[in-house]
Amino acid sequence: MIRGYAGKLLEVDLSAASFREVKFSDEILKDYVGGRGLAAKILWDRLGSRWETVDPLGPENLLLLLTGPLTGFFPGGRVCVSGKSPQSNGVIGSTVAGEFGVELKCAGYDGIIVAGEAEKPVYLFIKDGDVEVRNASHIWGMDAKKTVAALTKECRGLLKTRYPQKGEWKEPAILYIGPAGENKVRTAVVAAKWTHAAGYGGYGAVMGAKKLKAIAVKGTGPLPEVADMESVKRLMQEVCNNAYESELWRRWGTGAGGYDVGAKTSSEPVRNWQEEWHDEKSFGVDQFENRVWVKQYWGDFGCPTTCLKLAVVKSGKFKGAITDNPDYELQAYVGTNLGIFTPEGNVYMASVIDDLGLCGIQTGNVLGFAAELFQRGILTKKDLDGVELRWGDAEAFATLARKIAYREGIGNILAEGTCRAALKIGELKGVDVMPYAVQVKGVGVGAHGIRSEKDYPEIYSYACSVQCGDHTSVACMPLDDFRSELMMAFHDSGVYCYFNVFGLPRTLVFDFYKAVTGIELTKEEWVNTKAMKIIQLQRAMLLLGGPDLKWNPEIHDDNPPRFYEPLPSGPYKDKTVEKARVEEEKRRYYELMGWDERGVPKPEILKKLGLDDVDKVLERLR
Amino acid sequence: MTEKREAIWIARDLSRCSGCRKCEIACSLFHEGRIWPEASRIRVFMLVPGVEFPHFCAQCEDYPCVEVCPTKALSVSKETGAVLVDTNTCIGCGNCIEACPGKVPHMHPRENRVLICDLCGGDPQCVKVCQEGLWNVLRIVPRGTHSYRLYARRPEEIARDLAVKIYGEEGKRLL
Repeated sequence: MIRGYAGKLLEVDLSAASFREVKFSDEILKDYVGGRGLAAKILWDRLGSRWETVDPLGPENLLLLLTGPLTGFFPGGRVCVSGKSPQSNGVIGSTVAGEFGVELKCAGYDGIIVAGEAEKPVYLFIKDGDVEVRNASHIWGMDAKKTVAALTKECRGLLKTRYPQKGEWKEPAILYIGPAGENKVRTAVVAAKWTHAAGYGGYGAVMGAKKLKAIAVKGTGPLPEVADMESVKRLMQEVCNNAYESELWRRWGTGAGGYDVGAKTSSEPVRNWQEEWHDEKSFGVDQFENRVWVKQYWGDFGCPTTCLKLAVVKSGKFKGAITDNPDYELQAYVGTNLGIFTPEGNVYMASVIDDLGLCGIQTGNVLGFAAELFQRGILTKKDLDGVELRWGDAEAFATLARKIAYREGIGNILAEGTCRAALKIGELKGVDVMPYAVQVKGVGVGAHGIRSEKDYPEIYSYACSVQCGDHTSVACMPLDDFRSELMMAFHDSGVYCYFNVFGLPRTLVFDFYKAVTGIELTKEEWVNTKAMKIIQLQRAMLLLGGPDLKWNPEIHDDNPPRFYEPLPSGPYKDKTVEKARVEEEKRRYYELMGWDERGVPKPEILKKLGLDDVDKVLERLR
Repeated sequence: MTEKREAIWIARDLSRCSGCRKCEIACSLFHEGRIWPEASRIRVFMLVPGVEFPHFCAQCEDYPCVEVCPTKALSVSKETGAVLVDTNTCIGCGNCIEACPGKVPHMHPRENRVLICDLCGGDPQCVKVCQEGLWNVLRIVPRGTHSYRLYARRPEEIARDLAVKIYGEEGKRLL
């Protein structure tokens, strides 16, 4: 057996309320590692042949919660959430920080496969090998903070009653959904603690469709045996020492971006990306630090960086709002993108989003979209159920966020996410509103613009990514570039936080992998064979799509229309992205990936990678 | 001649805890040779997110746990002041857990014996990693005549206090 793994997965069929253990061969684990890679493999094997007909929000879909061999060892523990995405209709590996992955491995499982759907709301309670589906009617409908409080109390009570000899029980780790997930909102997250979210992909809606409110797990065993503990310890120390050197990164996390990315690189969404520049000093990191952060270093299992901060608004009309930094993405998406430029307004919006179980990025994207339609008079106050959606009005945006989470009125349309909402509104109003939808293949684009070309994504990065608008998985050349999604797939498959990799030699993660698993792996081998296989699988399922939307790469492997408009302000005023250049880069990327001129993986590359079955299914698209 | 160690105490500044759990990792690696959070003698509780804190022995001046041990498995180290558990004589009865005002000791998850901080023989690993990361929740101070017993409190009590300190009134609602 390969080291670093617990050795089995737990499969739960909620329709039948039955469990079984699933094991994978060493060959599969060597090829797909865990997390995102293994998710792609499981989904392809189980659903690939009929992918187009599988409804992401139906009982046929699988919800996957997978660790990787490095989870718990590489500083900064996470768990990867996946399944058929109700946003892209493909597969997204969405990771969330916290102790869930560690508890799961300590309980003896590398992951959980959730199939079917429950009749009534339930939650899963796992204590080592004891697994139970429990009634969740009493917590269904609760917001994030109430859910965590109720489950922590209930599960500690269960542990105390059932295993009384132990003394004080520590809380189990919990993954859960808020009201948005329950209502199958496509921008809903699978959450941990508070403010920790697997956002991209919309897996909160998948969990909600399965009527699975939460999973609580307590594992009392050790993490699995590793191949070489002395090397693991040495590498852990090396990762930590590197992180300790980076004082500003630790002190501010990504929270310095709210000002910097706008003012300096001019690549921050401002008022639904109508601009990407601002010089609002009221939004400086010093203001967050001095006014709202009550804990400067907040982190998850083994993390040396602790880049999260706790923010609490102590006075004024938003008094009592609690959230994290907010991190850069939420500073941008429920801050500048909505014309909100005060830490208090931003913290308030983020806390509303957290409580409802919404994704800050995707929901901020659709809120900005709606506000621009209001600005242009396409959506009226009447259409918005009486809400005057003016830029900067945090209370109006919060009202609309609640409508989205509960699918009330216009919220029911916006709950479908920007792409689907744009199609619906266009149909209702008889106006093409796609030019205002800043999304790629159903996924709102992360808060790093490409027009100034001063930020990290390339002009073709979102257009060609198998995770679409996901800013943590962008297409890049050369394919082994540290930003490339082929490299990101390693972090998402080993399942740990890649923020702790910054500043380290790029091969360290492979040394770490060897120390844990005992298996030699070079960067070249990873990129050219293993990651290549994972990305081809993801690409295949993305292109198969369905059942509601299907992507034609000739049309949809593209940037949002807005990215072709010139920047109206800032140091890169008038700068834009030329379509011809995007097309040229796309062609180069397709070639490197072994895709034909339409973007479909060619038989040659698939056969070379041993993916003959994928080739057969893709015949349908050629 | 052997050098006499000075009795120490781990001073704790709980509201600074980041929740990184490096203390659990260091403790279990040192004592068990594995990363094993539930077998760590120092455990980070998170009854409310953002209100993480380490829970570990305070070395009460009257050592009530040592008093109640029926097999004399528990003793006080003359060098460090730590409570030492003789794994051969501990029968896992749990009397020491009951006697502890903070319910700090807990059973080893796989073996029938109790786990109590032994101060790593005077060089606590948890303090090292906490200092190294500059969180400074834990700090070694010379053991004096303070009322250390005050620090032996149950996780619920500590969580309630810290939640209000960090979140204000709202903190009460979050437990």
